Amino acid sequence: MTLDLRGFELDGGGEANGGTPAAGSQTETRDPASAALDVLAQSFGVATERGAAGSGNRQRTWLDTFDWRLNRAGLVLEYERTERGSRLLLSRDDLPLAEQPVTGWQPRRPRLAEDLPAGPVRDQIFKLVSPRALLPVAWAASTVSTTRLLNADGKTVARLIVDRSTASRDGVSVQLPPRLAIAEVRGYPGQARRAARLLAGVSGVSPASQSVFATALRALGHHPGDYSGGVDAEITADMPASVAVATVLLRLLDTLELNVDGVLRDIDTEFLHDLRVSVRRTRSAIKLLGGVLPDGLAGAYAAEFKWLGDLTTPTRDLDVHLLGFGAMADHLVAASAADLEPFRAYLLWRRAREFRRLAAGLRSARFKGITDHWRKALVEVRDAGRPRKRLREPTAAELAISTTGRAFRKIVAKGGAITQDSPPESLHDLRKRAKELRYLLEFFAPLHDPVAYKKVVGDLKQLQDCLGEFQDSQVQRGEIHELADAMLAEHAAPAATLLAMGEIVANLAISQAEAREDFSLRFAKFAGPAGQQRMRTLLDEPAIGVDPDGAGA
Amino acid sequence: MTTYATYNIKGGVGKTTAAVNLAHLSAADGYRTLLWDLDPQGAASFLFRVKPRVKGGGKALIRGTKALDDAIKGTDFENLDLLPADFTYRNMDLILGGHDKKPTRKIAQLLRPLAAEYDNVFLDCPPSISLVSENVMHAADVLLVPLIPTTLSVRTLDQLTEFVAGFNGRQPEVRAFFSMVDRRKRLHQDITEELLAERSGVAATPIPALSLIERMSVERAPVTVFAPRSQAARAFRELWAELNADDEKPADEPA
Repeated sequence: MTLDLRGFELDGGGEANGGTPAAGSQTETRDPASAALDVLAQSFGVATERGAAGSGNRQRTWLDTFDWRLNRAGLVLEYERTERGSRLLLSRDDLPLAEQPVTGWQPRRPRLAEDLPAGPVRDQIFKLVSPRALLPVAWAASTVSTTRLLNADGKTVARLIVDRSTASRDGVSVQLPPRLAIAEVRGYPGQARRAARLLAGVSGVSPASQSVFATALRALGHHPGDYSGGVDAEITADMPASVAVATVLLRLLDTLELNVDGVLRDIDTEFLHDLRVSVRRTRSAIKLLGGVLPDGLAGAYAAEFKWLGDLTTPTRDLDVHLLGFGAMADHLVAASAADLEPFRAYLLWRRAREFRRLAAGLRSARFKGITDHWRKALVEVRDAGRPRKRLREPTAAELAISTTGRAFRKIVAKGGAITQDSPPESLHDLRKRAKELRYLLEFFAPLHDPVAYKKVVGDLKQLQDCLGEFQDSQVQRGEIHELADAMLAEHAAPAATLLAMGEIVANLAISQAEAREDFSLRFAKFAGPAGQQRMRTLLDEPAIGVDPDGAGA
Repeated sequence: MTTYATYNIKGGVGKTTAAVNLAHLSAADGYRTLLWDLDPQGAASFLFRVKPRVKGGGKALIRGTKALDDAIKGTDFENLDLLPADFTYRNMDLILGGHDKKPTRKIAQLLRPLAAEYDNVFLDCPPSISLVSENVMHAADVLLVPLIPTTLSVRTLDQLTEFVAGFNGRQPEVRAFFSMVDRRKRLHQDITEELLAERSGVAATPIPALSLIERMSVERAPVTVFAPRSQAARAFRELWAELNADDEKPADEPA
């Protein structure tokens, strides 16, 4: 039995428990699903089907990563428990893509992609989800009933499936409007179409515009994709620069705080990654844009955010080693992966130790003080609006043009001075400047023309990847040396392990040399004449230009 | 995919009731099951309330102008599909004969693409010895032969076994089972006991002659559906368990 796509919602259905009634709810007590059945009964024989596949009670848990990777890819993953067993079901637009039975699954517990049992669902989502964990996003308890639609011979030619669900999340439960679907019986497609047409004509019944999952989330007051690691601050070109900067910084603070719980629960390594990115962006914003904030505010917090960044570094460095461990082991030629096991064990031990320090820091009064006071100060700036101490405060657009242009010129100059003989530090410094430019572009993204923005960021990203590969390889080599020393000191380093670590260091040196070779090409593409023209186009766009009256575009 | 064919040269011996009930039990056990009603009388189609009609008729199916897949109908039961009968099947011998290359292997060839979709296929054959029945014997893994316990029936089984033994290459396993057994008749008892003692390949479970089985044509459903706790349903379940257990034996294990 294949579930037909022709899903319908009854807008006279259920209502939120303790909330507002579902849109268009009717006052009459008659079950609207019964009204739909009455209409079908005029053209078909009807018979209740007991024990049909998919009928009865079922518990569903929808799963996604914290940053909604499945949702963004148009996928819905659910864990379903019925009287017949438990399974994971992956779908797109309500059409099943893959399913696999699972046992012993605890849907409320986050589960890393790599811990999923082998099967077709895992195969389809592993790369997309990794290294994130799957988290329960919402729950639904459903009662599904099936009615057979019969022809004159009493033969089942289609089925009406009625799904009555109550969705819940964070202790809030909402009864969803009943959902109807016509299931086609093989060889009788015309009858299913006919039944669907009849349903569509019933008053109060409308084709379902979204999946049950989307309906459930909306009813619960959530939106799929309500978290993103991007900046996405709501700023406009003519906004006072101080208000725009405060808005961007508040958005960064939101992201930072949203990730704290995931870091403390150690759900997956991306929580710490996103938290660190927020801290780095904040530090760059303070450095590059802090001048438009009230006197002393930026300076006071620069040191605090440096402390926060430093607090997170050791754990993240160890995460990076562990995340890349499989790939490192795969590239070994002389040594075997097994030789590296003591190294992995040591990394895990060190990570556990560093994580305790990190967690203590994030639970400390200092951390709470930083975030609380920073938010309060930023809200004051944002809400102060237009009144300006200075005669004429720049607009967000003017600030974007001046700071972005300056950051770009700095890169052109510094990068242009790099030769084959330049020390690694010159590339490290350029990487920092490139990061600052990238952040500026992201902060002011809403003010830029999307096409021009995409071109500039695309080239910049390639340059950053090259510089990142160069520096990360060098840093990792240094770290592996230090870790080897520490393992030796603690008698945790068998000779085979040290030799294997040596091979990794050698491979990193090769990667670094390749990145160094690649640099000239990447830099020329980004900062050469064509790249400079692209940047000019970006900053000259009317959207960001300032009109002669100074009101902004 | 395992293909079972209910076959007997005689009519009215319980081929269709066996095919319908066994196919339903197979589906209920979770096997994706197809029943092909090859009998132009369309009794199996009738019992599943499916119109005995195939667009383009038997000729289109056999000649491949209509894919078997497109003619299949879902029954009212999960995992169970039906390929309905068509009155043109009465000319099936002519149609098959017109197919010049290996006319006795055509049905086997048509079923091959369905292997990924179905675990078990049941062929309900018309009574006769013909090109159709020879096709069915080549397509089947298990030839299910309903036997009314009479001396003539036993003779027919012998002839059939001998005929199949003459096949070159792959031969179906011949599994007989007693059908329409009336325990009040001395002859039925004697023949049943004798044959079970003397012959291998005969199922131990007999299907009794019961009016409830005849009621299938009134209820238009397998007896295992409308009277699941009846003696008749129990007998079909036991017979299916025997057949299914045989089928699940490893290939190298002696039968």
